[in-house]
Amino acid sequence: MLRVVEPGFQTTLQDLGRPAAIAAGVPPGGAMDRFAHRAANLIAGNSPQDATLECTMSGPSLVARESCLIAITGGDFEPCVNGAPMPMWTAAFLGPGDRLTFGPRRSGARAYIAVAGGFEGERWLGSRSTSLMAGRGGIHGRALARGDELALAAERSAPAVAGRHLPPTLRTAYSDQTLHAMPGPHLRRLDVESRRLLFSAPFTVSRDADRMGYRLEGPGLATSGEELLSFGLVAGALQVPRSGQPILLMADHQTAGGYPVAAVVISASMPIAAQLAPGDSVRFVQTTAAEANRRRLALSAALATLSAP
Amino acid sequence: MPPPRSIQKARIHPLGDTALLAELGSRLDTALNTRAIGLAGALRKRRDVRQAIAGYSSVTVHFDPDQATHESLGAAIKRLAAKRPKMEIPGRLHRIPVEYDGPDLEDVASELGLSIEAVVAAHTHPIYRVFLVGFVPGWAYLGPLPEELELPRRHVPRTHVAAGSVAIAGRQTGIYPLPVPGGWHLIGRSSVKLFLPDSDPPCLFRAGDRVKFFASRKTS
Repeated sequence: MLRVVEPGFQTTLQDLGRPAAIAAGVPPGGAMDRFAHRAANLIAGNSPQDATLECTMSGPSLVARESCLIAITGGDFEPCVNGAPMPMWTAAFLGPGDRLTFGPRRSGARAYIAVAGGFEGERWLGSRSTSLMAGRGGIHGRALARGDELALAAERSAPAVAGRHLPPTLRTAYSDQTLHAMPGPHLRRLDVESRRLLFSAPFTVSRDADRMGYRLEGPGLATSGEELLSFGLVAGALQVPRSGQPILLMADHQTAGGYPVAAVVISASMPIAAQLAPGDSVRFVQTTAAEANRRRLALSAALATLSAP
Repeated sequence: MPPPRSIQKARIHPLGDTALLAELGSRLDTALNTRAIGLAGALRKRRDVRQAIAGYSSVTVHFDPDQATHESLGAAIKRLAAKRPKMEIPGRLHRIPVEYDGPDLEDVASELGLSIEAVVAAHTHPIYRVFLVGFVPGWAYLGPLPEELELPRRHVPRTHVAAGSVAIAGRQTGIYPLPVPGGWHLIGRSSVKLFLPDSDPPCLFRAGDRVKFFASRKTS
């Protein structure tokens, strides 16, 4: 259906992950930016569970073998069809032989490509998401490679409409690198000054940043107390190891650990976190469950505008 | 016999807006872990719960924020925890052969003031509990390790630990299922596959299982 001419830096098939597998120690996985992933699917007339291509830092070059409808969301890597700019967050038809390419990265770190009907991929533990660690799911458990042929999972059920789009006001503002976070269970293990710094100082995403998590550089955070007994972790958890340099857990996070969790980034801020690249600056703003819910519902409402007939 | 425990109410901490941590205690204790596994199993049956994972002495609960709040679910968890739901699936016993020839075995013995034979005898003596499965696919936290084998983690963690390495740290022991970085002391090797990616569930051990190590003869 689509042939891979160039794979891009790291392009993997992702859906909403395999949350049931965390009981076996398997990372939940799935799209890092769930808002962009869902939006791409809905714009293409798919279900949010369908698989999209997650393109990291650069996009692939794909050639359509047959006509299809696609949507691209998330970070802006300047998508083009046959060399002409293609609007993002908007459904567009590709005819046989049309070539989708990407230019330089303008914003964000991850772009999502949906195709009407959804991408076919190997299911592992109930999900088509690629687990690079396990080498399972998606396209042979690995990132896209030159020459791969990407097939459709199904004939599209909803009529595909070119031009369907999400207005700019409803999209995530990736330039706003502020992450709203609720106090974590072990915030009190940080001394008073460290707590103040956590919610005020800028941190920088280090080069050690991938789908598992981001090591952040910034003021050292001092923790006290004995080693914790390991417990189940969640994406968005901000762990503070003894080094004092926090680690933000992302989609392929380790499922259990014993470092203090000082804060947890709220679900509505995770799309912003997913679009951070090494070298980006980020701040944490303390928030409440009520405010987190308000932001979560605003994102749901934005997506609901795409579900309407 | 475990020491008597006062009935402690579960403590509820938010873990962001769609999860919470229910702490039943903070001790490495098999009975406490049994309660956590039972509570996680009971919570998974609730419609507002998406996933519940037992830790050593806690349960991490992922919930549907359209159906529950930290307060509503937290109150329900406290009531449920007080009823002490039982572990649903009885733990299985695994007998695991180990070749005690790890790169840290001699250092461990000298640091503990024991002979190598005494370290092996102490490590193979208990039937360990699988407290939880997690960290990396197939890893199981086993314990409690006999007190005479208790050592802090290595000062400098290894950047690469070979799969199959049998390791100890604190009151815990475990087997590295995959080559990963690690700070535990490596005392032996096992060829038993712990991560089974083509099975469902994809790991040999489940929380609540029991594990007995025995020294396998070296092939020489």
